Amino acid sequence: MHGEDKPFYGHGLPALKVGPLRGSLIVIEGTDGVGRSTQIDQLIAWLELQGYAVTNTGWTRSTLLAQTINDAKAGHALTVTTFSLLYAADFADRLENNVIPALRAGFIVIADRYMYTAFARNAAMGADRQWTRDLFGCALIPDLVLYLKIDMDHLVPRVLEGKGMDYWESGMHLALGSDIFDSFVRYQTRLIREYNRLAREFNFTTVDARKPIDQIQADLRRHISAYLDRSKLAAAASDAKAPPTALRR
Amino acid sequence: MLSEPHPYPGKLIVVEGIDGSGKSTQLSLLYRWLLSRGYKAFFTEWNSSILVRRSMRRGKRKDLLTPTTFSLLHAVDFADRLTYKIIPPLKAGMVVLADRYVYTAFARDVARGVHPDWVRAVYRFAPRPDLALYFRVPIEVSLDRLLTGRAKLKYHEAGMDLGLSRDPTESFRLFQSRVLDEYDRLVGECSLRVVDAIGDIHTQQLLVRRMARQVLRDYHGTVADLAAVGSDVV
Repeated sequence: MHGEDKPFYGHGLPALKVGPLRGSLIVIEGTDGVGRSTQIDQLIAWLELQGYAVTNTGWTRSTLLAQTINDAKAGHALTVTTFSLLYAADFADRLENNVIPALRAGFIVIADRYMYTAFARNAAMGADRQWTRDLFGCALIPDLVLYLKIDMDHLVPRVLEGKGMDYWESGMHLALGSDIFDSFVRYQTRLIREYNRLAREFNFTTVDARKPIDQIQADLRRHISAYLDRSKLAAAASDAKAPPTALRR
Repeated sequence: MLSEPHPYPGKLIVVEGIDGSGKSTQLSLLYRWLLSRGYKAFFTEWNSSILVRRSMRRGKRKDLLTPTTFSLLHAVDFADRLTYKIIPPLKAGMVVLADRYVYTAFARDVARGVHPDWVRAVYRFAPRPDLALYFRVPIEVSLDRLLTGRAKLKYHEAGMDLGLSRDPTESFRLFQSRVLDEYDRLVGECSLRVVDAIGDIHTQQLLVRRMARQVLRDYHGTVADLAAVGSDVV
Protein backbone atom coordinates (compact mmCIF):
# COMPACT_ATOMS: atom_id res chain seq x y z
CA MET A 1 0.00 0.00 0.00
CA HIS A 2 1.31 3.39 1.00
CA GLY A 3 4.81 3.99 -0.27
CA GLU A 4 5.58 0.30 -0.53
CA ASP A 5 6.16 -1.97 -3.47
CA LYS A 6 2.86 -3.26 -4.76
CA PRO A 7 2.72 -6.96 -5.57
CA PHE A 8 2.44 -8.28 -9.12
CA TYR A 9 0.12 -11.03 -10.25
CA GLY A 10 2.92 -13.10 -11.80
CA HIS A 11 6.46 -12.43 -12.93
CA GLY A 12 5.86 -8.68 -13.06
CA LEU A 13 8.01 -6.29 -15.04
CA PRO A 14 11.63 -7.23 -14.38
CA ALA A 15 12.85 -4.78 -17.05
CA LEU A 16 11.18 -1.82 -15.37
CA LYS A 17 12.31 -0.16 -12.17
CA VAL A 18 8.89 0.09 -10.58
CA GLY A 19 9.83 1.40 -7.15
CA PRO A 20 7.42 2.46 -4.44
CA LEU A 21 3.95 3.34 -5.68
CA ARG A 22 2.17 5.77 -3.39
CA GLY A 23 -1.10 5.92 -5.29
CA SER A 24 -4.02 3.51 -5.32
CA LEU A 25 -5.22 1.29 -8.10
CA ILE A 26 -8.97 0.85 -8.03
CA VAL A 27 -10.56 -1.42 -10.60
CA ILE A 28 -14.18 -1.40 -11.71
CA GLU A 29 -15.18 -4.71 -13.26
CA GLY A 30 -18.45 -5.94 -14.63
CA THR A 31 -19.89 -7.19 -17.87
CA ASP A 32 -20.70 -5.15 -20.99
CA GLY A 33 -23.45 -2.58 -20.56
CA VAL A 34 -23.62 -2.82 -16.79
CA GLY A 35 -22.91 0.91 -16.52
CA ARG A 36 -19.23 1.06 -15.59
CA SER A 37 -18.35 4.26 -17.44
CA THR A 38 -21.30 6.24 -16.06
CA GLN A 39 -20.28 5.23 -12.55
CA ILE A 40 -16.61 5.99 -13.15
CA ASP A 41 -17.32 9.52 -14.43
CA GLN A 42 -19.23 10.28 -11.26
CA LEU A 43 -16.59 8.68 -9.03
CA ILE A 44 -13.83 10.77 -10.55
CA ALA A 45 -15.74 14.01 -10.03
CA TRP A 46 -16.50 13.01 -6.43
CA LEU A 47 -12.89 12.06 -5.63
CA GLU A 48 -11.50 15.22 -7.18
CA LEU A 49 -13.88 17.35 -5.11
CA GLN A 50 -12.40 15.68 -2.04
CA GLY A 51 -8.94 16.71 -3.21
CA TYR A 52 -7.60 13.48 -4.67
CA ALA A 53 -5.70 13.49 -7.93
CA VAL A 54 -7.41 10.95 -10.14
CA THR A 55 -6.71 9.48 -13.52
CA ASN A 56 -8.46 6.70 -15.36
CA THR A 57 -7.54 4.05 -17.81
CA GLY A 58 -9.71 1.73 -19.86
CA TRP A 59 -9.54 -1.43 -21.89
CA THR A 60 -8.21 -0.92 -25.47
CA ARG A 61 -7.33 2.72 -24.87
CA SER A 62 -3.55 2.48 -25.25
CA THR A 63 -1.71 4.87 -27.56
CA LEU A 64 0.17 1.98 -29.06
CA LEU A 65 -2.70 -0.37 -29.83
CA ALA A 66 -6.10 1.33 -29.81
CA GLN A 67 -6.04 1.85 -33.57
CA THR A 68 -4.74 -1.62 -34.33
CA ILE A 69 -7.46 -3.22 -32.21
CA ASN A 70 -10.14 -1.20 -33.96
CA ASP A 71 -8.75 -2.10 -37.38
CA ALA A 72 -8.54 -5.74 -36.36
CA LYS A 73 -12.16 -5.78 -35.22
CA ALA A 74 -13.24 -4.05 -38.41
CA GLY A 75 -11.75 -6.30 -40.98
CA HIS A 76 -9.55 -9.11 -39.81
CA ALA A 77 -10.67 -12.44 -38.47
CA LEU A 78 -8.76 -13.11 -35.28
CA THR A 79 -8.51 -16.17 -33.11
CA VAL A 80 -8.98 -16.05 -29.35
CA THR A 81 -5.21 -16.35 -29.01
CA THR A 82 -4.44 -13.37 -31.22
CA PHE A 83 -7.13 -11.28 -29.55
CA SER A 84 -5.82 -12.14 -26.09
CA LEU A 85 -2.31 -11.12 -27.06
CA LEU A 86 -3.56 -7.83 -28.51
CA TYR A 87 -5.43 -7.09 -25.30
CA ALA A 88 -2.40 -8.04 -23.23
CA ALA A 89 -0.23 -5.69 -25.29
CA ASP A 90 -2.78 -2.90 -24.84
CA PHE A 91 -2.85 -3.65 -21.11
CA ALA A 92 0.94 -3.67 -20.75
CA ASP A 93 1.29 -0.41 -22.67
CA ARG A 94 -1.19 1.37 -20.40
CA LEU A 95 0.29 -0.25 -17.29
CA GLU A 96 3.86 0.82 -18.00
CA ASN A 97 3.20 4.19 -19.62
CA ASN A 98 0.14 5.45 -17.71
CA VAL A 99 -0.83 3.47 -14.65
CA ILE A 100 2.54 2.95 -12.98
CA PRO A 101 3.76 6.54 -13.53
CA ALA A 102 0.45 7.86 -12.10
CA LEU A 103 0.68 5.54 -9.09
CA ARG A 104 4.26 6.62 -8.53
CA ALA A 105 3.06 10.23 -8.47
CA GLY A 106 0.45 9.36 -5.84
CA PHE A 107 -2.66 9.41 -8.03
CA ILE A 108 -5.72 7.30 -7.60
CA VAL A 109 -6.00 5.32 -10.82
CA ILE A 110 -9.45 4.08 -11.72
CA ALA A 111 -9.33 1.27 -14.23
CA ASP A 112 -12.38 0.59 -16.35
CA ARG A 113 -11.91 -3.22 -16.59
CA TYR A 114 -8.72 -5.06 -15.72
CA MET A 115 -7.13 -8.44 -16.42
CA TYR A 116 -10.24 -10.15 -15.02
CA THR A 117 -12.14 -9.10 -18.14
CA ALA A 118 -9.66 -11.08 -20.24
CA PHE A 119 -9.96 -14.02 -17.83
CA ALA A 120 -13.76 -13.97 -18.08
CA ARG A 121 -13.94 -13.51 -21.85
CA ASN A 122 -11.34 -16.13 -22.64
CA ALA A 123 -12.99 -18.64 -20.37
CA ALA A 124 -16.34 -17.87 -22.03
CA MET A 125 -14.72 -18.43 -25.42
CA GLY A 126 -13.14 -21.69 -24.37
CA ALA A 127 -9.50 -20.59 -24.35
CA ASP A 128 -6.87 -22.14 -22.10
CA ARG A 129 -7.50 -20.55 -18.69
CA GLN A 130 -3.98 -20.99 -17.38
CA TRP A 131 -2.45 -19.51 -20.52
CA THR A 132 -4.55 -16.34 -20.18
CA ARG A 133 -3.49 -15.98 -16.60
CA ASP A 134 0.18 -16.49 -17.36
CA LEU A 135 -0.10 -13.83 -20.04
CA PHE A 136 -1.13 -11.24 -17.46
CA GLY A 137 1.69 -12.09 -15.10
CA CYS A 138 2.98 -8.58 -15.74
CA ALA A 139 -0.09 -7.05 -14.03
CA LEU A 140 -0.05 -5.20 -10.73
CA ILE A 141 -2.52 -6.58 -8.22
CA PRO A 142 -5.10 -3.82 -7.67
CA ASP A 143 -5.71 -2.31 -4.23
CA LEU A 144 -9.45 -2.63 -4.64
CA VAL A 145 -11.65 -4.42 -7.19
CA LEU A 146 -15.25 -3.26 -7.27
CA TYR A 147 -17.44 -5.69 -9.16
CA LEU A 148 -20.72 -4.48 -10.59
CA LYS A 149 -22.75 -7.65 -10.39
CA ILE A 150 -25.89 -7.94 -12.46
CA ASP A 151 -28.15 -10.68 -13.80
CA MET A 152 -29.63 -11.14 -17.27
CA ASP A 153 -33.10 -9.89 -16.29
CA HIS A 154 -31.65 -6.53 -15.37
CA LEU A 155 -28.86 -6.40 -17.96
CA VAL A 156 -31.02 -6.83 -21.07
CA PRO A 157 -33.28 -3.77 -20.51
CA ARG A 158 -30.29 -1.65 -19.41
CA VAL A 159 -28.40 -2.45 -22.60
CA LEU A 160 -31.43 -1.94 -24.84
CA GLU A 161 -32.21 1.40 -23.20
CA GLY A 162 -28.56 2.36 -23.57
CA LYS A 163 -26.56 1.95 -26.75
CA GLY A 164 -28.17 -1.31 -27.78
CA MET A 165 -26.70 -4.74 -28.44
CA ASP A 166 -23.48 -4.62 -30.38
CA TYR A 167 -21.84 -7.34 -32.44
CA TRP A 168 -18.94 -8.13 -30.09
CA GLU A 169 -20.77 -7.75 -26.81
CA SER A 170 -23.38 -10.12 -28.14
CA GLY A 171 -20.68 -12.69 -28.89
CA MET A 172 -21.72 -12.83 -32.56
CA HIS A 173 -18.09 -13.71 -33.38
CA LEU A 174 -18.63 -16.99 -31.56
CA ALA A 175 -21.45 -17.94 -33.92
CA LEU A 176 -23.73 -18.90 -31.05
CA GLY A 177 -26.70 -18.20 -33.29
CA SER A 178 -27.76 -15.82 -36.05
CA ASP A 179 -30.15 -13.89 -33.81
CA ILE A 180 -28.38 -11.09 -31.97
CA PHE A 181 -30.74 -11.16 -28.99
CA ASP A 182 -30.36 -14.89 -28.45
CA SER A 183 -26.63 -14.68 -28.95
CA PHE A 184 -26.37 -11.78 -26.48
CA VAL A 185 -28.25 -13.73 -23.84
CA ARG A 186 -26.15 -16.85 -24.32
CA TYR A 187 -22.81 -15.05 -24.38
CA GLN A 188 -23.53 -12.68 -21.51
CA THR A 189 -24.89 -15.53 -19.38
CA ARG A 190 -21.57 -17.31 -19.82
CA LEU A 191 -19.61 -14.13 -19.12
CA ILE A 192 -21.53 -13.30 -15.95
CA ARG A 193 -21.01 -16.85 -14.72
CA GLU A 194 -17.26 -16.40 -15.26
CA TYR A 195 -17.21 -13.01 -13.54
CA ASN A 196 -19.03 -14.46 -10.54
CA ARG A 197 -16.50 -17.25 -10.35
CA LEU A 198 -13.64 -14.73 -10.51
CA ALA A 199 -15.31 -12.59 -7.84
CA ARG A 200 -15.05 -15.49 -5.42
CA GLU A 201 -11.55 -16.48 -6.43
CA PHE A 202 -10.06 -12.98 -6.27
CA ASN A 203 -12.19 -11.58 -3.47
CA PHE A 204 -13.81 -8.77 -5.41
CA THR A 205 -15.90 -6.31 -3.47
CA THR A 206 -19.29 -6.96 -5.01
CA VAL A 207 -21.79 -4.17 -5.60
CA ASP A 208 -25.37 -5.00 -6.54
CA ALA A 209 -25.73 -3.44 -9.98
CA ARG A 210 -29.40 -4.32 -10.32
CA LYS A 211 -30.13 -1.21 -8.26
CA PRO A 212 -30.78 2.25 -9.75
CA ILE A 213 -27.72 4.19 -10.90
CA ASP A 214 -27.52 6.61 -7.96
CA GLN A 215 -27.76 3.81 -5.43
CA ILE A 216 -24.94 1.94 -7.15
CA GLN A 217 -22.90 5.14 -7.00
CA ALA A 218 -23.59 5.51 -3.28
CA ASP A 219 -22.45 1.92 -2.65
CA LEU A 220 -19.28 2.40 -4.70
CA ARG A 221 -18.42 5.59 -2.77
CA ARG A 222 -18.97 3.84 0.53
CA HIS A 223 -16.52 1.07 -0.42
CA ILE A 224 -13.93 3.52 -1.76
CA SER A 225 -14.16 5.72 1.34
CA ALA A 226 -13.67 2.69 3.54
CA TYR A 227 -10.65 1.64 1.48
CA LEU A 228 -9.11 5.12 1.60
CA ASP A 229 -9.56 5.27 5.38
CA ARG A 230 -7.92 1.88 5.76
CA SER A 231 -4.96 2.83 3.59
CA LYS A 232 -4.48 6.11 5.48
CA LEU A 233 -4.37 4.22 8.76
CA ALA A 234 -1.91 1.73 7.30
CA ALA A 235 0.24 4.57 5.98
CA ALA A 236 0.25 6.31 9.35
CA ALA A 237 1.22 3.05 11.03
CA SER A 238 4.08 2.36 8.62
CA ASP A 239 5.34 5.96 8.95
CA ALA A 240 5.34 5.58 12.73
CA LYS A 241 7.32 2.36 12.48
CA ALA A 242 9.84 3.68 9.97
CA PRO A 243 12.94 5.42 11.33
CA PRO A 244 13.32 9.14 10.58
CA THR A 245 14.31 9.84 7.00
CA ALA A 246 17.78 11.02 7.96
CA LEU A 247 18.58 7.65 9.48
CA ARG A 248 17.05 5.54 6.74
CA ARG A 249 20.14 5.53 4.56
CA MET B 1 1.92 -26.93 -28.22
CA LEU B 2 5.64 -26.37 -28.03
CA SER B 3 6.04 -29.21 -25.56
CA GLU B 4 5.00 -31.99 -27.93
CA PRO B 5 5.32 -32.88 -31.64
CA HIS B 6 2.67 -31.27 -33.83
CA PRO B 7 -0.11 -33.44 -35.28
CA TYR B 8 -0.03 -32.06 -38.85
CA PRO B 9 1.02 -33.93 -41.99
CA GLY B 10 3.33 -31.08 -43.10
CA LYS B 11 6.82 -30.33 -41.83
CA LEU B 12 8.00 -27.22 -40.04
CA ILE B 13 11.61 -26.12 -40.42
CA VAL B 14 12.79 -22.95 -38.70
CA VAL B 15 16.06 -21.01 -38.66
CA GLU B 16 17.39 -18.95 -35.79
CA GLY B 17 20.43 -16.81 -35.10
CA ILE B 18 21.44 -13.19 -34.54
CA ASP B 19 21.30 -10.65 -37.34
CA GLY B 20 24.14 -11.21 -39.76
CA SER B 21 24.40 -14.92 -39.00
CA GLY B 22 23.42 -15.77 -42.57
CA LYS B 23 20.30 -17.73 -41.63
CA SER B 24 18.04 -16.04 -44.20
CA THR B 25 20.49 -16.80 -47.02
CA GLN B 26 20.58 -20.43 -45.97
CA LEU B 27 16.81 -20.66 -45.70
CA SER B 28 16.22 -19.20 -49.13
CA LEU B 29 18.72 -21.65 -50.64
CA LEU B 30 16.93 -24.46 -48.87
CA TYR B 31 13.59 -23.18 -50.16
CA ARG B 32 14.77 -23.24 -53.77
CA TRP B 33 16.23 -26.69 -53.34
CA LEU B 34 12.97 -28.03 -51.88
CA LEU B 35 10.99 -26.60 -54.78
CA SER B 36 13.39 -28.12 -57.28
CA ARG B 37 12.92 -31.49 -55.59
CA GLY B 38 9.17 -31.21 -56.10
CA TYR B 39 8.20 -30.33 -52.54
CA LYS B 40 5.43 -27.86 -51.88
CA ALA B 41 7.14 -25.34 -49.65
CA PHE B 42 5.83 -22.24 -47.93
CA PHE B 43 7.94 -19.40 -46.51
CA THR B 44 7.08 -17.10 -43.61
CA GLU B 45 9.06 -14.49 -41.78
CA TRP B 46 9.13 -13.07 -38.24
CA ASN B 47 7.32 -9.77 -37.71
CA SER B 48 5.69 -9.64 -41.12
CA SER B 49 1.93 -9.62 -40.51
CA ILE B 50 0.02 -6.51 -41.50
CA LEU B 51 -2.01 -6.73 -38.31
CA VAL B 52 0.53 -5.11 -36.00
CA ARG B 53 2.58 -3.26 -38.60
CA ARG B 54 1.04 0.09 -37.71
CA SER B 55 1.51 -0.35 -33.95
CA MET B 56 5.04 -1.58 -34.45
CA ARG B 57 5.95 1.37 -36.64
CA ARG B 58 4.29 3.84 -34.33
CA GLY B 59 5.93 2.31 -31.29
CA LYS B 60 9.37 2.32 -32.87
CA ARG B 61 9.12 5.83 -34.26
CA LYS B 62 7.90 7.40 -31.04
CA ASP B 63 9.98 5.15 -28.80
CA LEU B 64 6.83 3.96 -27.03
CA LEU B 65 7.87 0.33 -26.86
CA THR B 66 8.92 -1.25 -23.60
CA PRO B 67 10.47 -4.72 -23.45
CA THR B 68 7.03 -6.08 -22.47
CA THR B 69 5.03 -4.45 -25.27
CA PHE B 70 7.82 -5.17 -27.77
CA SER B 71 7.51 -8.82 -26.80
CA LEU B 72 3.70 -8.88 -26.91
CA LEU B 73 3.47 -7.16 -30.29
CA HIS B 74 5.73 -9.81 -31.75
CA ALA B 75 3.55 -12.45 -30.12
CA VAL B 76 0.48 -10.94 -31.78
CA ASP B 77 2.29 -11.02 -35.11
CA PHE B 78 3.26 -14.63 -34.52
CA ALA B 79 -0.24 -15.72 -33.48
CA ASP B 80 -1.70 -14.09 -36.56
CA ARG B 81 0.82 -15.70 -38.91
CA LEU B 82 0.31 -19.01 -37.16
CA THR B 83 -3.41 -18.79 -37.92
CA TYR B 84 -3.03 -17.83 -41.57
CA LYS B 85 0.45 -18.79 -42.73
CA ILE B 86 1.74 -21.65 -40.66
CA ILE B 87 -1.08 -23.98 -39.59
CA PRO B 88 -2.98 -24.07 -42.93
CA PRO B 89 0.05 -25.10 -45.01
CA LEU B 90 1.04 -27.61 -42.31
CA LYS B 91 -2.45 -29.08 -42.45
CA ALA B 92 -2.23 -29.15 -46.22
CA GLY B 93 0.92 -31.21 -45.89
CA MET B 94 3.39 -28.56 -47.08
CA VAL B 95 6.89 -27.88 -45.86
CA VAL B 96 6.76 -24.61 -43.93
CA LEU B 97 9.99 -22.65 -43.65
CA ALA B 98 10.08 -19.97 -40.96
CA ASP B 99 12.76 -17.30 -40.82
CA ARG B 100 12.90 -16.91 -37.03
CA TYR B 101 10.48 -18.61 -34.69
CA VAL B 102 9.57 -18.43 -31.00
CA TYR B 103 13.22 -18.95 -30.01
CA THR B 104 13.90 -15.45 -31.30
CA ALA B 105 11.52 -14.17 -28.63
CA PHE B 106 13.05 -16.44 -26.00
CA ALA B 107 16.51 -15.08 -26.79
CA ARG B 108 15.86 -11.47 -27.71
CA ASP B 109 13.08 -10.55 -25.29
CA VAL B 110 14.91 -12.12 -22.38
CA ALA B 111 18.05 -10.20 -23.40
CA ARG B 112 15.82 -7.09 -23.21
CA GLY B 113 14.83 -8.00 -19.66
CA VAL B 114 11.49 -9.79 -19.78
CA HIS B 115 11.10 -12.81 -17.55
CA PRO B 116 12.21 -16.06 -19.26
CA ASP B 117 9.31 -18.08 -17.84
CA TRP B 118 6.77 -15.46 -18.86
CA VAL B 119 7.84 -15.32 -22.51
CA ARG B 120 7.85 -19.12 -22.69
CA ALA B 121 4.33 -19.19 -21.28
CA VAL B 122 3.18 -16.57 -23.80
CA TYR B 123 4.27 -18.75 -26.72
CA ARG B 124 3.04 -22.03 -25.29
CA PHE B 125 0.49 -22.37 -28.12
CA ALA B 126 3.18 -22.59 -30.82
CA PRO B 127 3.62 -25.93 -32.63
CA ARG B 128 7.00 -27.53 -32.11
CA PRO B 129 9.16 -27.43 -35.26
CA ASP B 130 10.39 -30.64 -36.85
CA LEU B 131 13.77 -29.02 -37.28
CA ALA B 132 15.13 -25.88 -35.63
CA LEU B 133 18.49 -24.74 -36.96
CA TYR B 134 20.60 -22.30 -35.00
CA PHE B 135 23.25 -20.46 -36.99
CA ARG B 136 25.92 -19.70 -34.44
CA VAL B 137 28.31 -16.89 -35.25
CA PRO B 138 30.57 -14.62 -33.14
CA ILE B 139 29.47 -11.01 -32.77
CA GLU B 140 32.41 -9.64 -34.73
CA VAL B 141 31.61 -11.78 -37.76
CA SER B 142 27.97 -10.74 -37.78
CA LEU B 143 28.91 -7.06 -37.30
CA ASP B 144 31.32 -7.31 -40.17
CA ARG B 145 28.67 -8.78 -42.45
CA LEU B 146 26.06 -6.23 -41.44
CA LEU B 147 28.32 -3.20 -41.76
CA THR B 148 29.61 -4.15 -45.20
CA GLY B 149 26.08 -4.92 -46.36
CA ARG B 150 24.23 -1.87 -45.22
CA ALA B 151 26.43 0.68 -43.47
CA LYS B 152 23.98 1.43 -40.62
CA LEU B 153 22.70 -0.78 -37.82
CA LYS B 154 18.99 -0.73 -37.03
CA TYR B 155 17.95 0.86 -33.75
CA HIS B 156 16.31 -2.15 -32.09
CA GLU B 157 18.67 -4.67 -33.64
CA ALA B 158 21.47 -2.81 -31.89
CA GLY B 159 19.45 -2.74 -28.67
CA MET B 160 19.65 1.07 -28.62
CA ASP B 161 16.33 1.14 -26.74
CA LEU B 162 18.12 -0.31 -23.72
CA GLY B 163 20.57 2.56 -23.37
CA LEU B 164 23.60 0.26 -23.11
CA SER B 165 25.79 2.58 -25.13
CA ARG B 166 25.30 5.64 -27.30
CA ASP B 167 27.51 4.15 -29.97
CA PRO B 168 25.37 1.85 -32.15
CA THR B 169 28.20 -0.59 -32.87
CA GLU B 170 29.12 -0.89 -29.21
CA SER B 171 25.45 -1.20 -28.24
CA PHE B 172 25.03 -3.95 -30.86
CA ARG B 173 28.01 -5.79 -29.39
CA LEU B 174 26.66 -5.61 -25.85
CA PHE B 175 23.05 -6.42 -26.71
CA GLN B 176 23.71 -9.19 -29.21
CA SER B 177 26.17 -10.87 -26.81
CA ARG B 178 23.30 -11.19 -24.38
CA VAL B 179 21.16 -12.60 -27.19
CA LEU B 180 23.91 -15.10 -28.04
CA ASP B 181 24.07 -16.20 -24.41
CA GLU B 182 20.34 -16.83 -24.43
CA TYR B 183 20.53 -18.77 -27.70
CA ASP B 184 23.27 -20.94 -26.26
CA ARG B 185 21.00 -21.73 -23.33
CA LEU B 186 18.20 -22.67 -25.75
CA VAL B 187 20.31 -25.18 -27.69
CA GLY B 188 19.86 -27.81 -24.99
CA GLU B 189 16.50 -26.71 -23.67
CA CYS B 190 14.74 -26.60 -27.04
CA SER B 191 16.86 -29.04 -29.06
CA LEU B 192 18.19 -26.50 -31.54
CA ARG B 193 20.58 -27.98 -34.11
CA VAL B 194 23.69 -25.84 -34.21
CA VAL B 195 25.22 -24.85 -37.54
CA ASP B 196 28.65 -23.28 -37.46
CA ALA B 197 27.86 -20.12 -39.40
CA ILE B 198 31.42 -18.85 -39.78
CA GLY B 199 32.22 -21.24 -42.61
CA ASP B 200 31.46 -20.72 -46.26
CA ILE B 201 27.89 -20.58 -47.49
CA HIS B 202 28.08 -23.65 -49.71
CA THR B 203 29.41 -25.97 -46.99
CA GLN B 204 26.72 -24.78 -44.61
CA GLN B 205 24.01 -25.32 -47.20
CA LEU B 206 25.10 -28.90 -47.81
CA LEU B 207 24.84 -29.54 -44.08
CA VAL B 208 21.43 -27.84 -43.93
CA ARG B 209 20.15 -29.97 -46.81
CA ARG B 210 21.44 -33.13 -45.15
CA MET B 211 19.56 -32.27 -41.95
CA ALA B 212 16.42 -31.34 -43.90
CA ARG B 213 16.57 -34.65 -45.76
CA GLN B 214 16.61 -36.52 -42.44
CA VAL B 215 13.48 -34.72 -41.33
CA LEU B 216 11.76 -35.36 -44.66
CA ARG B 217 12.61 -39.06 -44.68
CA ASP B 218 9.28 -40.14 -43.24
CA TYR B 219 7.42 -37.42 -45.08
CA HIS B 220 4.92 -38.20 -47.77
CA GLY B 221 3.45 -34.77 -48.38
CA THR B 222 -0.04 -36.09 -47.83
CA VAL B 223 -2.75 -33.55 -47.39
CA ALA B 224 -4.72 -33.77 -44.16
CA ASP B 225 -7.78 -35.92 -44.49
CA LEU B 226 -9.90 -33.32 -46.21
CA ALA B 227 -12.90 -35.62 -46.42
CA ALA B 228 -12.85 -35.91 -42.63
CA VAL B 229 -12.57 -32.13 -42.24
CA GLY B 230 -15.49 -31.70 -44.62
CA SER B 231 -17.73 -34.15 -42.82
CA ASP B 232 -16.89 -32.35 -39.59
CA VAL B 233 -18.36 -29.12 -40.95
CA VAL B 234 -21.60 -30.78 -42.11
